[in-house]
Amino acid sequence: MTNQLNEMNKVMLQFSDKTMQEVQRIINFYPEGKQKSALIPVLHLAQQEFGGWLSTETMDYVASLLNLSPIEVYEVATFYSMYNLKPVGKYMFEVCQTGPCMINGSDEIVQYIYDKLGIKPGETTADGMFTLKTVECLGACGYAPMMQLGKNYKEHLTKEKIDAIVESCKSLQAQKN
Amino acid sequence: MGRKLLLEKAHVENIRLYDVYRREGGYRSVEKALKTLSPDQVTEEVKKSGLRGRGGAGFPTGMKWSFLAKPEGVPRYLVVNADESEPGTFKDRYLMEFIPHLLIEGMITASYALGSNRSYIYIRGEYAWIVDILEQAISEAKNNGWLGKNILGTGFDCEIYVQRGAGAYICGEETALLESLEGKRGNPRIKPPFPAVKGLWGCPTVVNNVETIAAVVPIINEGGEEYAKIGIGKSTGTKLISACGNIKNQGVYEIDMTISVEEFIYSDEYCGGIANGRKLKACIPGGSSVPILPANLLLSTAKGEKRMMTYESLSDGGFATGSMMGSGGFIVLDDRQCVVKHTYTLARFYRHESCGQCSPCREGTGWMEKILWNIENGKGKKSDIDLLWDVQRKIEGNTICPLGDAAAWPVAAAIRHFRDEFEWHVQNPQECLTKNYGLANYAAPLAL
Repeated sequence: MTNQLNEMNKVMLQFSDKTMQEVQRIINFYPEGKQKSALIPVLHLAQQEFGGWLSTETMDYVASLLNLSPIEVYEVATFYSMYNLKPVGKYMFEVCQTGPCMINGSDEIVQYIYDKLGIKPGETTADGMFTLKTVECLGACGYAPMMQLGKNYKEHLTKEKIDAIVESCKSLQAQKN
Repeated sequence: MGRKLLLEKAHVENIRLYDVYRREGGYRSVEKALKTLSPDQVTEEVKKSGLRGRGGAGFPTGMKWSFLAKPEGVPRYLVVNADESEPGTFKDRYLMEFIPHLLIEGMITASYALGSNRSYIYIRGEYAWIVDILEQAISEAKNNGWLGKNILGTGFDCEIYVQRGAGAYICGEETALLESLEGKRGNPRIKPPFPAVKGLWGCPTVVNNVETIAAVVPIINEGGEEYAKIGIGKSTGTKLISACGNIKNQGVYEIDMTISVEEFIYSDEYCGGIANGRKLKACIPGGSSVPILPANLLLSTAKGEKRMMTYESLSDGGFATGSMMGSGGFIVLDDRQCVVKHTYTLARFYRHESCGQCSPCREGTGWMEKILWNIENGKGKKSDIDLLWDVQRKIEGNTICPLGDAAAWPVAAAIRHFRDEFEWHVQNPQECLTKNYGLANYAAPLAL
């Protein structure tokens, strides 16, 4: 039974062919024998492909892929703030709260998301749709307040914009379902 | 109207595309450098230009290049620092997003000068969409013979790769960046050895900021001496300034270093004045790490001279009455803002970003955040202000990398120039819960 489960896990934790090509492309960035350098980009791919966060299984898989010991992956995964070590919602609002964004009202944005979705920083909605996270400076100080959503930045945020973003996430998800 | 050397073409339609960029005169500097100059002559031009590192430290670039060790049979590397994470700074992002080929062009010439056949752009992980823009530009450059083997028939080989970080301010420190590029935690290394001797994978390496490398393009095109004619004294050439906070026109501006701070803030060509008819209270002129200055000391030095947007003038008076050019992250605070609260967010930032290697920084940044939170939230004592001063003093200079200093300086400057605000908080614990200090009783109104 345990063996079967392990087998299942192995089957589940396998990059798609397309991602494997991307992994290989990244490994080729570095001189031979330096594939450890690919770790950070490959962890991004793993997080994206395996549910938005890095489980121990995921990290072990990445270790085996790059021929590293698991601890080399854990110590990196725990250092960088973009890696999620716990499950997160399908859509993560990462609101910047550092000085320049604070001056331009990031506190009100965080408060409004709480009022609207009932989640505080670090929390996820019960339906697993949204996670709110406060982050430090994302380099968009001139377009504050702002947040990161997936690959992109949402800038010059207002309450109305938050409403629109939430709606578009919901309809995007409805299309996927 | 100042001279534009980097962003002049940034808004030409489709300048992101190779054909348009080339038509506008792109890649001329690579032709000139590879075909008519030796690698040492390129370095010599950069030395003559007086270009100083645009990432924050302001170290002369040509000198940095000439320190690169060149042992036989050992590869050398150029690494571009695109980890832009200093609060208030978003200039490199702008350059890479709008005119990516400028960076690639500068990198090819710089790689030639340094003898790097494999050069890297290390970009902060959050700038995920910019990775696509850069990779597109690299592949276009390669398809047109500017990268790859035997470039322009000169025998010089060069490839450029982009690596994403994953969220860590510390990776903007050059040795932490190299650790990260090697697939490790971003813990800064003890120097010496410097990267010029032992850098990426133990090989000689130069790490330069995005804007620094982009500036190589006009330097080669116009010649180092011509470039050096722009600006004042040792502040040569143009500088990108990312302006944010309470100003009318937030954004990225290219200035030649001849204008005054006052002109930069109030001229419609740049910031356009303070937003919403408010008054200027204070400004952090070079990214969150540099000292904050009250309006009076921002606009003129302690000697009563007009303060200019140059390296020397911004640091005139040392930390007692001056600040720094830093990364060019220009954060303006109007008279409603509370310096204590703003400093608290910065202290929280540095606590979050400390890598944890050195005790003074790891522990000290936490202490500063907690004390500032207490003061801001009406739980502070008068002695906390002195304690805060004491803690920052004990961080500065006692850490492996400059993050410790960067965390200490903003706190020190806030207390130095705005002590009355800290005192108001501890004396009015109830009031400071409901009201911001921002009553502008420090900055004198400006006659403009």
